[in-house]
Parts: sequence; structure tokens; C-alpha cells
Amino acid sequence: MNKKLRFRDPELAKRIVEKIHDIAPKRDLVKICHVCGTHEWTITHFGIRSLLPKNVEVIAGPGCPVCVTPASEIDSAIELAKKDVTVTCFGDVFRVPGSKNSLLDAKAEGFEVHVVYSVSDAVKIAKQKPTKKFAFFAIGFETTAPSTAAEIFHKPPENLSFLISHRLIPPAMELLLGIGDLQIDAFIAPGHVSTIIGLKPYEIFPKAYRMPTVIAGFEPLDVLFAIYMILKQIREGKASLENEYVRAVSWEGNIKAQELMHRIFEIADGEWRGLGKLPSSAFKLKEEYDDYDALEKFNVKVKSGRDLPPGCQCHLVMIGKIRPTECPLYMKACTPQKPVGACMVSLEGTCRIWAKTINTNSSLIK
Amino acid sequence: MCLAIPAKIVSLEDDIAKVDFGEEVLREVNVALVDAKVGDYVLVHAGYAIQVLDEKEALETIRLWNEILGTEAEKPA
Repeated sequence: MNKKLRFRDPELAKRIVEKIHDIAPKRDLVKICHVCGTHEWTITHFGIRSLLPKNVEVIAGPGCPVCVTPASEIDSAIELAKKDVTVTCFGDVFRVPGSKNSLLDAKAEGFEVHVVYSVSDAVKIAKQKPTKKFAFFAIGFETTAPSTAAEIFHKPPENLSFLISHRLIPPAMELLLGIGDLQIDAFIAPGHVSTIIGLKPYEIFPKAYRMPTVIAGFEPLDVLFAIYMILKQIREGKASLENEYVRAVSWEGNIKAQELMHRIFEIADGEWRGLGKLPSSAFKLKEEYDDYDALEKFNVKVKSGRDLPPGCQCHLVMIGKIRPTECPLYMKACTPQKPVGACMVSLEGTCRIWAKTINTNSSLIK
Repeated sequence: MCLAIPAKIVSLEDDIAKVDFGEEVLREVNVALVDAKVGDYVLVHAGYAIQVLDEKEALETIRLWNEILGTEAEKPA
């Protein structure tokens, strides 16, 4: 049996689910929050919620970097395109709505917007066409920010600049704890963000908030074991930081990547779609790299944007306050084919994952 | 967006590695963020290797899972 299959071994899964039922509190509600679109995919795709005791709930926090990118920054990217700058971006952000339009709409209007697989491709394209102006729309959490930093460190060509929209996960987790009526009991921390930042930034959650926190991988058994580890801590009255994803995450994280990020970026307050400004939750270019700042270079100033189209509840879905099915637009006005909100656009948006996986017309879904 | 896929490094030149995602799906990725050598498994995210996967830890994880389930199953409820 290969390793991948062993991480999906149904027999092991059955036994761990029995263990979860054994040790879960019998009545008290346990609310576990994850903050990663890929965790939501694993949980939904493998039907993990249906395997848990009724009083153990797993909710999805703001773990989709495309969804949290505010409309104002999409508007800025569109403004750049309108100023004869070719915008390169990841495919995920292409269809995300700004205040009025998406980058896809801008392209349809004739402006230059190109999807790339990687920031390296954005650099390559800029080198191939030295007489054209390019801006790379750099979105993503700590998983993605080091690649942007690495390219800037290696001095990309002068005709390429950057719209930096990177966001940081731990401040978003802290925001959730400030929302009183969410009443989260524990965190599943995101595995791939953690490969970069390591464990230390999560220490605050068990120490200051007495919140069991477990870093988890993305196979269904990883998630089930993380839930088991959390329930075990709760049963023993403990709150500690544990690492389930030891095959990829070390205590110190990826130091090379961290050093590069801190060389190029400084931490700033950041706007999150529908959630407002969160302190120390974003990266911006350090002053010495201002020449690469697309907004400065092309004098683009977008003050604020409209994050939520009428009726859209993305801001509540993103913090796990409501399930996608509780949004009045879900699978009515807002579908994967014709999305209204950002959470239905991105492959890692909770609404899109639910829409693509769960048959909400089924009598099994209540 | 934070999706990362394991791949095996089949060749390496400076910071650029050719990796195999399985079934001979080959791609060039940048390995500047990691210390990796040919034969290593790396996690690839948006064209960059972000971490080297530890095969020993992967096997150890499965052993530990079995141990947790095995030993604790023997305890009386």
C-alpha cells in the first residue's frame, strides 16, 4: 500500500472515529475552528463532519486568501490595467469581484490581464517584453509571500512592479477570538502556512486564550487525528500547542523563507474583505523596495471599495458564523457558474467547496 | 491558494529543479527557499518548493497513529 493510501486508510479512519466518539464530551458543545480552504476541502469532500458526534462542530474561519482580498485591492489592480499596465495574477483571483467588476471583466473590456501559475512566470513574461509595463498582483498568506519576496530579492526587471496584498493568518485567528458569540473552543492551525512560520506564532492561543491548537496536514486522517488530539486535550483540561503534521512542519518553520519575507516586507495593518482593518495583519514593501510598488509607481489611489454585493453574506461565512446554506443567495442567485460573492468564486472558498461537493437538495442535509 | 502538492526532485540546476508530481507529470519549480537534493520529496506551492518532506516522520506518523489506537483500545473504557 503506498503512503498516500495509508494516509487515507478507511480502517484507521473507522477506528479513530470510534476513539473520537469515546472521548468527546457527552453533551457540551465543542466548536473547533480551522482557518484553511484546503482543510475545508478535505473536511467537506470526505464528509468528516458527518462522522463526528453531534455536539462536535467544525467551522471554517478566514482561510481563503482570495476571499479575504478586499474589493479595494481588486479595484486597484483594475485601475492599473486601465493605466496601460499588464496585470499578471493567479487564476484564483481572476474572477473575484471588486466593487463593480472583476479582473476577468476588465480583460473582457480589452485591458491586459494575464493569469500566471507562479510569480516566477510573471518575472519571465516581464523579461520577454521589456518595453511593456507589468504589475504582479501578489495575493496569498504566509505560504505564498516568500515566493514574492524571493523574486523581489533577486531584483526583477524594472518594467515589473508589484501590488502587494499578502495577509497573515495568526492575526485573523486572534480576530475570531474577539467575536464573543462565536465561542470557539479550539483551533486546527493551517499546515502549509505553518511549514513557513513554524509553531511559535501560535503559542499565544494556548497561553493567552487557553485554546487547544493543533497544526494539521490535509489528508482525511490528518484532520481526524487533529480533532482527536484536540478532544483529548479538552478531556484532560489542557490547552497546548501540538503538531500533527510533523512530516512537513517543524517548530522553527522555514527559516530561509522567513528571513526573505522580513528582508523585503514590513508588517502593516490590512483590510480584509467584509471584516474591516485588522492590525498587523498584512505585508507591505519596505521603503528601500518602493521602486517595485505598483500603486506608487502608477499613482493608483483607491480609497475604499464595496466588499459585499447586496444580500451577500461572505463576511459571515468567512468567520464561520453562518454556514453557506444559511446565506439567502447560496445556490439561488449565487452559484459556481455565476458567483456573486468571493466565497463562491475561489476554489478554496467555503461556499464553492460546499456547492461543488454537497447536494443540498438531498433530504439528508438539514 | 495554500494548496501544496508533494513532488520528487529528479534533477537540479542552481535554484531550478525538475520535479515529478507522479505518473511522470514533470515541471520546473524554484527551490531557492529550501535545502533540497535530487531524490527529496518537496511540497510545491505556486511554483516554489516551500518545504522538504520528511519521509521518516511520515512513516513515524502512521506508526504513532496505530500505536495510539492500539494501546488505547486495550484500556477499559
